[in-house]
Amino acid sequence: MSLDLTKEEYIEETKQASHISESQEKILRALESDDVRGHFEGSLDNQLVLNMGPQHPATHGVLQLVVSLDGESVVGTVPVMGYLHRGYEKLAENMTFHEFIPHTDRLDYLSPLANNVGYVLAIEKLLKIEATPRAQWIRTMCCEMARLASHLVWMGTMAMDVGALTVFLWTFTEREKILDILDILTGVRFTTSYTRIGGLALDMSDEVIARLKGFLDQFIQKLEDSRALIERNKIFINRCEGVGYISKEDAISIGLSGPNLRAAGVGNDLRRDDPYLVYNELDFEVPTLTESDVLARYYVRVREMYETVKILRQCIEKLPKGPINTPDAKQVLPDKGEVYTKMEELIHDFMIVNFGNTPEKGVEAYQAIEASKGELGFYAISDGKGYPFRLKIRSPSMVSISSLPTMMKGAMISDIVAIIGSIDPVMGEADK
Amino acid sequence: MWIELLIAAIKIATVLGVLLISVAYAVYAERRVSAFIQNRYGPNRVGYEGLLQSFADVIKLVFKEDIVPVNANKPIHTLAPMISIFVALTTIAVVPFGHQIELFGRMIALQITDVNVGILYILALTSLGVYGITLSGWSSNSKYSLFGGIRSSAQMISYELSMGLSIVGIVLITGSLSLQDIVMHQYGWMWNMVLQPLGFIIFLVASFAETNRSPFDLPEAEPELVGGYHTEYSSMKFALFFLAEYANMIVASTVITTLYLGGWQFPYLQTFGLPPMVVSILQVLTFCGKVAFMVFFFIWVRWSLPRFRYDQLMNLGWKVMLPLSILNIIVTAIVVALLK
Amino acid sequence: MAELTDKIKEKLSEANGFQGVVFTENINYPMIEVPKERLLEIAKILRDEFQIEQLRDVVSVDRFTKNERFECIYNLFSLTHGKRIFLKVKLDSKNPEVESLYPVWQSANWAEREAWDMMGIKFLNHPDLRRLYMMEEYEYHPLRKDYPLMGLPGAVKLPKK
Repeated sequence: MSLDLTKEEYIEETKQASHISESQEKILRALESDDVRGHFEGSLDNQLVLNMGPQHPATHGVLQLVVSLDGESVVGTVPVMGYLHRGYEKLAENMTFHEFIPHTDRLDYLSPLANNVGYVLAIEKLLKIEATPRAQWIRTMCCEMARLASHLVWMGTMAMDVGALTVFLWTFTEREKILDILDILTGVRFTTSYTRIGGLALDMSDEVIARLKGFLDQFIQKLEDSRALIERNKIFINRCEGVGYISKEDAISIGLSGPNLRAAGVGNDLRRDDPYLVYNELDFEVPTLTESDVLARYYVRVREMYETVKILRQCIEKLPKGPINTPDAKQVLPDKGEVYTKMEELIHDFMIVNFGNTPEKGVEAYQAIEASKGELGFYAISDGKGYPFRLKIRSPSMVSISSLPTMMKGAMISDIVAIIGSIDPVMGEADK
Repeated sequence: MWIELLIAAIKIATVLGVLLISVAYAVYAERRVSAFIQNRYGPNRVGYEGLLQSFADVIKLVFKEDIVPVNANKPIHTLAPMISIFVALTTIAVVPFGHQIELFGRMIALQITDVNVGILYILALTSLGVYGITLSGWSSNSKYSLFGGIRSSAQMISYELSMGLSIVGIVLITGSLSLQDIVMHQYGWMWNMVLQPLGFIIFLVASFAETNRSPFDLPEAEPELVGGYHTEYSSMKFALFFLAEYANMIVASTVITTLYLGGWQFPYLQTFGLPPMVVSILQVLTFCGKVAFMVFFFIWVRWSLPRFRYDQLMNLGWKVMLPLSILNIIVTAIVVALLK
Repeated sequence: MAELTDKIKEKLSEANGFQGVVFTENINYPMIEVPKERLLEIAKILRDEFQIEQLRDVVSVDRFTKNERFECIYNLFSLTHGKRIFLKVKLDSKNPEVESLYPVWQSANWAEREAWDMMGIKFLNHPDLRRLYMMEEYEYHPLRKDYPLMGLPGAVKLPKK
């Protein structure tokens, strides 16, 4: 409403508006009766509605938060989703199982490798095949490297959200080193599309292992440096402690998983509780805290990085030799060299590429992995054709975002960004 | 008479010119120092090692389209950046950057004007600075800007109190409100920083808050309020705010140097028996060096510390800084009374 | 694994008055198919008696050739036992409606909104059944099998210039 309206114009305009709030109605009635003394009761009349996002530097992409504010304090929060909705579940129904692998890169674009692994594990359950031991170990390493990369981005962005700008560049430097290793391993830095159904696109070379070893040797020191910059800072602790609290009961009921749930005192980790790949052969701890605030979520993720380093070291030691592709000619893409020279392989390649893998009719499969954000699950239904009949992605970020209204209770504007940073949402995954 | 005016005009032109150029290089320094802190290069393409980067930026900003929001209050929207830059550039008038220099047979005071209430002048002008930000926040008709404006006015009012009170200690010691007198009083190592450690810390923190620098940059908090009060500004108006911020930083550094770090005093320089011309030049250089260190300190803090939250800021201002500055006055007053 | 499933089987047997509860095995986790009238009741039993604390997801399926066209699959997880179990209801094509599980698990709020948005399954007594991804005025449900991959021209009303 602009200020230069006459009284008549104001009455006319307000009457035509589709929705009239209670206070507007009071003003209207007062104006019509020529009694200009309006009475307002309660603080609700003073609320200001602020649209944070979808274009906002701290909403990690295109998350929109409609925040109702009383001064600087948050009264209510409504997250609005869908600005990055690309209909991946619909797309998946119209392409072969292999064709969808590159699309999984774009789900959680901070840890594409983990998505690749999660997806092919689900499809392998659907096809009832299993990858070779070496492939399983390499996939485990992939998951952990992806977790490390994702957590490093999270650490930097969260520190940036509370105003510490330098940590962001420091953690990104470390992430860059991981991406360089991924470059050698998968051929690309970012959108990896590395896994194949029943195996992997490429074998892990000795150079990768050497580089990874070198990276791990210096990583802990670098991580300690970044931590020292923020953890020993009173302002950072004050900004995080006790902010964004969610009770254990609420966290469970809202369906949180991963680090956000572990920060609320529930030691649930799919790697330990429902092991996939080779996690049952690895020795690691599940860091759990009970404070359930921004600081607790920070510490859980930081400690997870140490566990990840531990896991990666074990993997390097235990990595077995052998083939990376399952010898199942009907379901697994053959080696390219053989495709060009042998008739049989050419036919299989043609069939798999053009018509897709063929699971049994009516089979359903669910596979969840512990991604860096929480439980990333793929529910696949087959109707015997080369395309999935239905592919449902269980995205952890979406559930985390659904917990925002609870966490925001009693927060201030500055806390909003700290809380968003602490739950580590990635909109590519939340919006699918 | 005319020669006096001419000298004043030359002094003003020189100081303004130096100030504006050092603003440009403060921006450059900020970008290079932050790059150094963050393990990256920073601007190094325009000119030798990027030395002309700031000028390139200013030229770019001048040529950009000036966008005013439809519902903005246009006169005030235009006025606000002017107030900011005006205040930032005027404060320097009373800061002594040297003692005096003999040129063409005249003794010229190295200060634009030695007002006998110099401290009050500085306080008055920095209080005006809040209008620039508050009006810009209000006139933009954007919620983010409004929050920036509100935060800024609350912050400045809270911190101005402790800032003013912390200076009272110095006034008690010196017995004068003139900045030149205050500098003269800090002979040798008897800098006010040594005599007034508590007051120095309070003044330092308050000047961070007054200049809206991190960790007190709430009015423009990037992740929260996008750009705060200057969200809706573009082109030269934005450049004015940008320049004002850095000019404020430099002016704050000069004021801190003058009040607490001995101003242009180089410890025991007069006893070395150098020619008066050399002494004067060395004093000016000393002043510049101290200011440069303070500017570096401002930058250093910004890239190391996270940002306060609104309520924490208020708590710090009213519950910690204000009682401490009052305590500082009481202790100083008692000591001064006992020594006399 | 088997222990919890067996206990649930025993509890939900016909002897206890649960008609039409089927345990299917075409998936790598135990799945219980329940009649939609008793979904809420069974969900409460699962949560309170078998410590299945979390509803992690709701999968909606459109089996367009069948009479019972829609399916809702609830992805349940027990933190106490570390076990996963699925719950399935079949809904008819004309009127896909089912009781919301929001009173049992809060996570049903958004998961069911997604199912409503994408598949057009109505959840009764849902606190806030708005669309999750698509805009509120959108009329179609994109994940239904009769919705074309390329989208419908003119389905989104754009503002005139």
